[in-house]
Amino acid sequence: MFVYADNAATTSVSKTALNAMLPYLTEQYGNPSSLYSFAQHATEALAQARADVAACIGAQPREIYFTSGGSEADNQAIFSAARVGARKGKKHLISTKFEHHAVLHSLKRLEKEGYEVTYLDVHEDGVVRLEDVAAAIREDTCLVTIMFANNEIGTVQPITEIGALCRAKGIPFHTDAVQAAGHMPIDVEKMNIDMLSMSGHKFHAPKGVGVLYVRKNIPLMNLIEGGAQERGRRAGTENVAGIVALAAALKESVDNIEANTAKIIPMRDKLFAELSKIPHSKINGSLEHHVPGTVNMCFEGIEGESLLLLLDSHGICASSGSACTSGSLDPSHVLLALGLPHEVAHGSLRLSIGEYNTMEEIDHIIEVVPQVVAYLRDMSPVWDELEKGQRPHLI
Amino acid sequence: MALYSEKVMDHFQNPRNVGKLDDADGIGEVGNAKCGDIMRMYIKVDDGIITDCKFNTFGCGSAIATSSMATELIKGKPVEEALKLSNQAVVEALDGLPAYKLHCSVLAEEAVRAAVKDYYDKNGIAYDPNDFQIHDCEHCDT
Repeated sequence: MFVYADNAATTSVSKTALNAMLPYLTEQYGNPSSLYSFAQHATEALAQARADVAACIGAQPREIYFTSGGSEADNQAIFSAARVGARKGKKHLISTKFEHHAVLHSLKRLEKEGYEVTYLDVHEDGVVRLEDVAAAIREDTCLVTIMFANNEIGTVQPITEIGALCRAKGIPFHTDAVQAAGHMPIDVEKMNIDMLSMSGHKFHAPKGVGVLYVRKNIPLMNLIEGGAQERGRRAGTENVAGIVALAAALKESVDNIEANTAKIIPMRDKLFAELSKIPHSKINGSLEHHVPGTVNMCFEGIEGESLLLLLDSHGICASSGSACTSGSLDPSHVLLALGLPHEVAHGSLRLSIGEYNTMEEIDHIIEVVPQVVAYLRDMSPVWDELEKGQRPHLI
Repeated sequence: MALYSEKVMDHFQNPRNVGKLDDADGIGEVGNAKCGDIMRMYIKVDDGIITDCKFNTFGCGSAIATSSMATELIKGKPVEEALKLSNQAVVEALDGLPAYKLHCSVLAEEAVRAAVKDYYDKNGIAYDPNDFQIHDCEHCDT
């Protein structure tokens, strides 16, 4: 049985999105910047997509900027706010320790350029505290950027409250909503969001297309120069087919949030309930504040990459925050931010399910994971020592 | 291209000589759980020949595969020959490893040496300590 349980990494393109985009790859290939009537079809499609995306998040069409994806949107939001802030002598930013690297690496670059960044703790439950945000705000703070939902553990942050706090202080608030868009209701007005990033391929649009929402009174600086596209804020001929697909996929996802959530939650809860029966396992992050489909657990005494390879041999696609899967020597910064010891974080497993998964697939995962964990523990000297009491169990 | 060669996947999915030796003559353990890999190597020695060898490994696919291959390469060999096992020999026998996984092969080489050292120590066999410097990875030292 093949089970795709890595929807937080990417998703398949929905039939709706594919059908919407196909004409713009073939018949309607005009460049929206061209004058002739043939290209107007593309121009109109772009305008419609912009309006549709705006409607999905409670924004105005002119507040929507199409990008190449979530990373570009994050980069532009952060570098723009930093440059705008510097003009007024404001060179301090606030974020969290467990942001996506698109945010963290942008902030690291700013630090090298003389900015100061406060990285807030996310505590054991993976949720930032409002009072910590309030305490970090300074006179020279030019941006607060806190993700909507975490990509590894799925915890959702108190976005509305953080937004209200920033609004009261007159500080722009950006949120990386790559893991939330299409999966949870988003209203930039009600949630007090000034800037928001999305990535199409996380909600059944193709890879290579994303959105940056920027409230109309927030100045936006370019990352990419070279043309008047996106109201002069993002040069480059528009990825018309991708943008049309993104709009169609987002609309479809948002229209079906309730139904999809009702389908996903019982599958996720079954995964949690059954996999928690594995001794010395741990669920990572608060379940109270959680996106529907993400399950992140640690199993003591084993290493994540070998777990993933064995799951793959059973047809299961999943991911892990172990060092070996990150290509670095440290396990996931997200798991370490929760306070997990390195040796526990190495044994992490992320399963991210979506509305296309079935209960039969969940049953397959539930059957395979305990076997694979037991097999790896059987050959693990760490597990041997844990069982003999020569090493204390940490979870 | 797949992450690992077919041979690595074979040794990972069907590891040779997994387990423990209750009557081992030498046991060597290297690595660090914090870094995500630990290898424990057991050897049985008769008349200077490694007659049996088993391993336990906590680690990634290449850590398990290199442990498995190392046991195959030293089983039936004189102890002195096992000491000459290099990480390159393990890598070559596995048809290569990705560059960032080469430290797993170093760990396998060192696990063998640690087991031999333990055998020498237990049996009062003299050796040059310089031959048995186990290098912890730079990451763990910092």
